[in-house]
Amino acid sequence: MAKVNVGKKILSANEAHALKNSELLTQHRNRCFNMISSPGSGKTTLLVRTICDLAGAVKIGVIEGDIQTDIDARRIRATNAPAIQIITEGACHLSAAQVHQALQKLPLDNLEIVFIENVGNLVCPSSFELGEDGKIVVLSVAEGDDKPAKYPAIFAKSKVLLVNKIDLLAVGGLIDFDLERVKADARRLNKGIAIFPISARTGEGMAAWYDWLKGQLAKA
Amino acid sequence: MHEAAMAQNLVEVISQEARAHGGRPIRAKMSCGMLNAVNDDVLSFAFEALARGTPCEGMQLQIEHKLLQAKCRVCRRIFAVDLAGVKCLGCGADDFELLPDAPMLLEQIEFEEVHKE
Repeated sequence: MAKVNVGKKILSANEAHALKNSELLTQHRNRCFNMISSPGSGKTTLLVRTICDLAGAVKIGVIEGDIQTDIDARRIRATNAPAIQIITEGACHLSAAQVHQALQKLPLDNLEIVFIENVGNLVCPSSFELGEDGKIVVLSVAEGDDKPAKYPAIFAKSKVLLVNKIDLLAVGGLIDFDLERVKADARRLNKGIAIFPISARTGEGMAAWYDWLKGQLAKA
Repeated sequence: MHEAAMAQNLVEVISQEARAHGGRPIRAKMSCGMLNAVNDDVLSFAFEALARGTPCEGMQLQIEHKLLQAKCRVCRRIFAVDLAGVKCLGCGADDFELLPDAPMLLEQIEFEEVHKE
């Protein structure tokens, strides 16, 4: 039997595109963050609020990934920020090649930060590098405080955890959610992860997230 | 479901190697890390389906999962991580750093024996 040792990365085609994306973004002095969460965690609301609150201070562009519709890109464009919608037609994650095409349609020279809002899914997107500077995982309190323990990969790989919809916690008896458990479980997997409890709806806690984001610009 | 994308890449990489090697591939060994979220049954099913009509048709796929490792910050020991309840197997501390997860690798291809006359 002829056995041939190969030792080749199976996702090397995706990684090659991710490297091209990273080079393109560096060339335009853009920082790029890959935002990953379950559907309905509030990623788009968070981006809309971030863009509006930082208007005049930070120039932001967005790549939206969804299985169907351009609803999210239209919500972003309503803020006057540029947004490119990728419709995956069923695929559960964005690939680096799709992001490469979208990046070429964004006015990168006029931007400082590109957010990639990945398809809503806590599992699949975590395996595909897009050329980003870091992943940001969003967890809304309604999803439950057991998610870092149940879906460890994305919490282990992310630079930031945004715990969204904390305004719901203020309403007693509505939701059982132990923020300290989430922090402990996430930090057990990832000592360096920055954790910001926020409400994209009321604006609570958003200032700390903006400070982190501005700190990233200094590194560009 | 991301396994379909992984399987498509696997078919492409094996087909390239098979063309370069000039034989019929019958078995492949691949490995992946714990954070790749690979379900063996789903990946094998997707591979079988996507292999039809390619040099990979009918191949057997063997998948090895490489354990995720961590280094304890207290006793410096390197240990295999159990993601369900992570602590150092040496001293029991939960102060450690995860080491890089193994990438998805095509390790080996076995080709059909060619009997020379």
